[in-house]
Amino acid sequence: MDTDLILKVTPFFLQAAVITVELSVLTVLIGLACGALGAAARLSRHAALRFLGAAYVSVIRGTPALIQLFLLYFGGPQIGIQLDAFSAGVIGLGINIGAYMTETMRGAIVAVDHGQAEAARTLGLSRAQAFRKVVLPQALRLMIRPLGVNINAQIKATALVSAISVIELTYTAQRYIGSTYKPFEMFLLAGVLYLAIITVTGKVIAALDRRVRLP
Amino acid sequence: MGLDFSIVPSFAGPLLLGALWTVLLTVVSAVLSFLGGIALAVIALYGPWAIRLPARFIAWLFMGTPLLLQLFLIYFGLVQIGIDLPAFVAGVIGLGLHYAVYNSELIQTAILAVDRGQMEAARTLGLSRPQALVRVVVPQAVRAVVPPIGNNMIALLKDSALVSVIGVAELTLAAQLAIGRTYRAFEFYAAAAVLYYVINLGMEAVLRRIERRIRLSR
Repeated sequence: MDTDLILKVTPFFLQAAVITVELSVLTVLIGLACGALGAAARLSRHAALRFLGAAYVSVIRGTPALIQLFLLYFGGPQIGIQLDAFSAGVIGLGINIGAYMTETMRGAIVAVDHGQAEAARTLGLSRAQAFRKVVLPQALRLMIRPLGVNINAQIKATALVSAISVIELTYTAQRYIGSTYKPFEMFLLAGVLYLAIITVTGKVIAALDRRVRLP
Repeated sequence: MGLDFSIVPSFAGPLLLGALWTVLLTVVSAVLSFLGGIALAVIALYGPWAIRLPARFIAWLFMGTPLLLQLFLIYFGLVQIGIDLPAFVAGVIGLGLHYAVYNSELIQTAILAVDRGQMEAARTLGLSRPQALVRVVVPQAVRAVVPPIGNNMIALLKDSALVSVIGVAELTLAAQLAIGRTYRAFEFYAAAAVLYYVINLGMEAVLRRIERRIRLSR
């Protein structure tokens, strides 16, 4: 174990870890937005919207995220979408995780007992009111944990953008593996940082889940 | 540069060959991850602590870091210690180990969920503890986790695209090589996506059959 080398490169890895955190936050925000839209579409009363939602989930979950990223970044300019690597990474991965979050959110909404909506309707609430005031608050509680699983996966998935040369943690580790020939040291350093990000995120989500859980 | 898909058919051969390699890579890695998952689960639950603790640490490390990073470690790390593996083998080891850890977590939970009476009955019938584990407890546990392991295998198929970065000539790399010659990124990545989607559908069908078979024989 070459500790001198590790100490020397640590600042660069820390900078890269900040980029990884930024990527994670932005992709998760886009993913949540896509997930909410996707879940709304899949549960819609209109068949066309349901089909669109199902197609989104099926196509995105049926193909590799790396291919989606390449399609957007390298293929985008051909159809008039010109993005820098960071934006392409954030948008591409955000749309990708959104498909998984669609299913998480839909699952949580469907899991709320049907009697709840019925009771609310009987009490005179409109369909929209029943959803917003009765079903959704319960579903939100149910979806925090599984969304946490999605977010955990997403933090690791940000490594993919190293393939389009965004200088984040994996790209940095790869570059230093190439230049120092110390793969184990570089892996450990990057690994510790990923684990730190994931552990802290996991704790935040668990705390949130505890706070809103019904007794 | 607009879109022109008419060029794709002339690269059908290399793309299909790449798809074939993707299927092979996925199947071999899936088998490794399945057997490795069982082995890791048994070690994590019943191994002596000197093996159990490092195994748990490695599992924790592998679950908390990106697969791409692990592929770099395996590909460059093995060369470092004098083992020069072909990229395909390095890719199989990387994918197989990564998913073995995930499968192991599922199998551990399932082993613990198998009724204690099963082990006791097997012991009463004269089987040794390892025998009872291998012949009675593990088969029941594995059967219970086939659906979630199937989900992991679908994820493995899609993650197999990552080994293109260490130079395994599978579907993603085949698409990249075609793009290198034609500069038609959109067309070929879209073609690759379609092929992945088809493989994905095929794999889901196979998994559904396996699940049905296991349910029937209960």
